Amino acid sequence: MSPASSSTQRHSVVVRITHWLIFVAFCALLLTGVEIVLSHPRFYWGETGNVNMQPLFSLHVASSRGTVPTGYGVLPDQNGWSRALHFQSAWMLVLAGMVYVLFSLGSGHVRRDLLPALRWSEIRQVLAGYLRGEKPDRSRYNAVQRWAYFSVVFVVFPLIVWTGLAMSPGFTSALPWSVELLGGRQSARTLHFFLSAALLLFVLVHVAMVVHAGFRRKMRGMTLGEEEAA
Amino acid sequence: MISRRKMMTMGAAGVAGIAGVAVADRLARRYGLVPPDSGGLYGPGETLNYASQRLLTRHSLAREFPRSMISKTPFANEVAPFKDDFKAHMAAGFTDWKLTVDGMVAHPISLSLADLKTLPMRSQITEVACEEGWSYIAEWIGTPLHEVLKAAGVLPQARFVVYRSMDTDWWDSVDMADALHSQTLLTYAMNGGDLPVGFGGPLRLRVPRQLGYKSVKFLTHITATDSLKKIGKGLGSASPEGGYAWYAGI
Repeated sequence: MSPASSSTQRHSVVVRITHWLIFVAFCALLLTGVEIVLSHPRFYWGETGNVNMQPLFSLHVASSRGTVPTGYGVLPDQNGWSRALHFQSAWMLVLAGMVYVLFSLGSGHVRRDLLPALRWSEIRQVLAGYLRGEKPDRSRYNAVQRWAYFSVVFVVFPLIVWTGLAMSPGFTSALPWSVELLGGRQSARTLHFFLSAALLLFVLVHVAMVVHAGFRRKMRGMTLGEEEAA
Repeated sequence: MISRRKMMTMGAAGVAGIAGVAVADRLARRYGLVPPDSGGLYGPGETLNYASQRLLTRHSLAREFPRSMISKTPFANEVAPFKDDFKAHMAAGFTDWKLTVDGMVAHPISLSLADLKTLPMRSQITEVACEEGWSYIAEWIGTPLHEVLKAAGVLPQARFVVYRSMDTDWWDSVDMADALHSQTLLTYAMNGGDLPVGFGGPLRLRVPRQLGYKSVKFLTHITATDSLKKIGKGLGSASPEGGYAWYAGI
């Protein structure tokens, strides 16, 4: 890649469109996911779990159902539209994600920019640079970025889709191993919760780094595809 | 700036996308892959859920579990307070409880629990999974719905089976793939005893490939039909009227 000139093409149009589709889907999934959890803010391990059973852990929040005595009152039931929007957004995320992955494999984006090499020295160096508040080198993806993007795209997103599908009684009737490998339906639900927390953490750090690198310029890069020179 | 070539490529992709959706919609309608609640803001998602799962799961079996996995502490979800007619049935030990089967059948029938028990029995150890997130496993014993539909002579043009509860606010429907499925069970016993009222006794339709709310309790009435349009608000069940999906396999 050539070093950034006054105006360099950074993100291809497919990457930019799928990035924002996935952003919209993620926001909807997060909001509705929180709402769905509120109807039963208890988590279990194994196949089954209900209020008559010992949870692995409970969230200290109000529930939207009177059948779950959390001690924080009862919120109105919003599960109907939340579930509908959750799955519709999941479809959008999966379809946009598939376009992104297939395009990025074909265009060389994955090989050139995302495929990480395990170089601890570089990772340490990049992290130390971040801690000193230095502006990162923009000419290429550094080792930390590669690890973050690669694992989110190829590990965390596939796992969150898998654990989501493993909760579906229809899907698991056709592919029972999808839930058995995870240790049961409640295990899948608990893993789904932790994976969404991991994704939220990624998004928060991602946005913080965008702000750090120059919010306006980076937003311009991800919408118009061009970045002005710093 | 966007180049002319790029604009043409994007335009072609857009046209191909719209044409693809139109063709998919045509095919989905022809093969019965569009759910009754396919209208509205969440219609595309509901249609994708139903169509993709129906293609994947037409004959698949819900997971069954070993006896050792039956939940020692199942959870009986709360139900609306019982009215006098249900209390009278309860006092009489449900001896007069009737299941009416009508609609697109050759000969409508009305069955008592004793009548149901003369039909072939099936037992299965399956999980009830609620949309809220909780679940339990129990052994369910009863008559497969397809046996009752066969006894009433269900007509080949039937496309859905509507089922109703003594609790008149609660009714639902399934397509024929679920209605004729071997695990769709008119359940009168659970874990070796009569089906407790808390779990939907005396009669509950268990649909184990869908979430718990499709397993309607206190079942009184089954109707085979070729269209759901004129039933309720035409959305297939009470669930979409309350904001929940008709198809609950996910």
